Amino acid sequence: MSNSRRKEPLLYMEEYRVKQDPQDYGLADEVFNMEVFKSKLQIAIVRNDEDGLEFDLIGVYPAIANAFRRLMLSDVPSMAIEKVYIYNNTSIIQDEVLAHRMGLLPLRADPRLFAYRTEESTETGTEQDTLEFELKVKCTRRKDAGKDQSNFDDIYKNHKVYSGHLKWLPKGKQAQIYTETGVGCIHDDILIAQLRPGHELDLRLVAVKGLGRDHAKFSPVATATYRLLPQIKLNREVSGKDAYLLQSCFSPGVIGIDENECAYVKDARYDSCSRNVYRYPQINDSVTLARVRDHYIFTVESVGALKPEVIFLEAVKVLKKKCRSFIDEIEAE
Amino acid sequence: MGALAELAGDEKNGEGSRTFVFMNEGHTLGNALKTIISRYPEVDFCGYTIPHPTEQKLHFRIQSHRDRAVDILKRGLEDLEALCDHTIVTFETEMNNFNAMKVENT
Repeated sequence: MSNSRRKEPLLYMEEYRVKQDPQDYGLADEVFNMEVFKSKLQIAIVRNDEDGLEFDLIGVYPAIANAFRRLMLSDVPSMAIEKVYIYNNTSIIQDEVLAHRMGLLPLRADPRLFAYRTEESTETGTEQDTLEFELKVKCTRRKDAGKDQSNFDDIYKNHKVYSGHLKWLPKGKQAQIYTETGVGCIHDDILIAQLRPGHELDLRLVAVKGLGRDHAKFSPVATATYRLLPQIKLNREVSGKDAYLLQSCFSPGVIGIDENECAYVKDARYDSCSRNVYRYPQINDSVTLARVRDHYIFTVESVGALKPEVIFLEAVKVLKKKCRSFIDEIEAE
Repeated sequence: MGALAELAGDEKNGEGSRTFVFMNEGHTLGNALKTIISRYPEVDFCGYTIPHPTEQKLHFRIQSHRDRAVDILKRGLEDLEALCDHTIVTFETEMNNFNAMKVENT
């Protein structure tokens, strides 16, 4: 994954401090040049499955990596329920708490197909910028339940309100373009409220497009983080009992032990970078712990509406659009 | 329009020193742009601040002895835009390679 020809700038993790490599001037004195940047930038996709996307971004400044992370969290739009019209709520959960819970439900709708609501928009919205849902649930007692039954599922009907009870109300021509599963709630097993016989919910929900900086419910990612690639070097041979002690100081799978009972670094990538080794005087001189200063391991986990790779690309496009709008404004003057 | 303004007080300092005010921007753009512009050899000073956390304003300062501050700002924005373009292209090709590999292995 990492290029062996590249001189990796390191940050050493010593017992009580973090020390920069004495030969590393990159952060302070480097002159920015687009061609140099292009030759340095490397991206490697490591994993992309239902748990999320993991990729390496190599050769960038911390501010750039952090900008991408911040953009994914708060500047990539997504759809979420913004208004809740409560016609009836006789459950024990208060109106405002219920409305807040509805807002946090993740929706499948692709935000790129919708427009933002503007200040001129009417309250009902249009088919381009609004999705509408209704939630009508009434809890009743099951007639066929026997006197000796105590399980709520047996004696009550609809006593648990799930996100699956949400019904989509297509506006205008929306029914021809989208499907209920294509815009509705991603999970149908989110518990919204519990009811008892006689309790009733009758809500109309309005979903709009928004940004994570306005409210976290609009954020398209569950998590978007980065960390620096760890590097562990063994300075001397560690064998026998000490080898197992060394192994126990790191995350599982980081240190391996060969047939001669000698420790070796198997895979430093997934180390948690704790400094447990320094607690043991017999082995604390045997390793050098470091991190590669410009090797960022990004982990992006989507809420579900957009794929994580799309979220990253959208984030970079947002930054590009910001730059473009300011360039245009400077040129217009 | 009107998302970019200039702060008063630099009239006597020539064209090289300016503080720009970006509306509705924050650390995301500010820090990224600062790291690029402060690495230009003709720039003496570049820094940014968010004067108040509840105001969506970014104050961006550039001082140079050679060029106009506006031109440096424009160049910085263009470089950041090119950087984004290159990142998008690189990411897309890597993603396509990764998906192709995945298909091969299954």
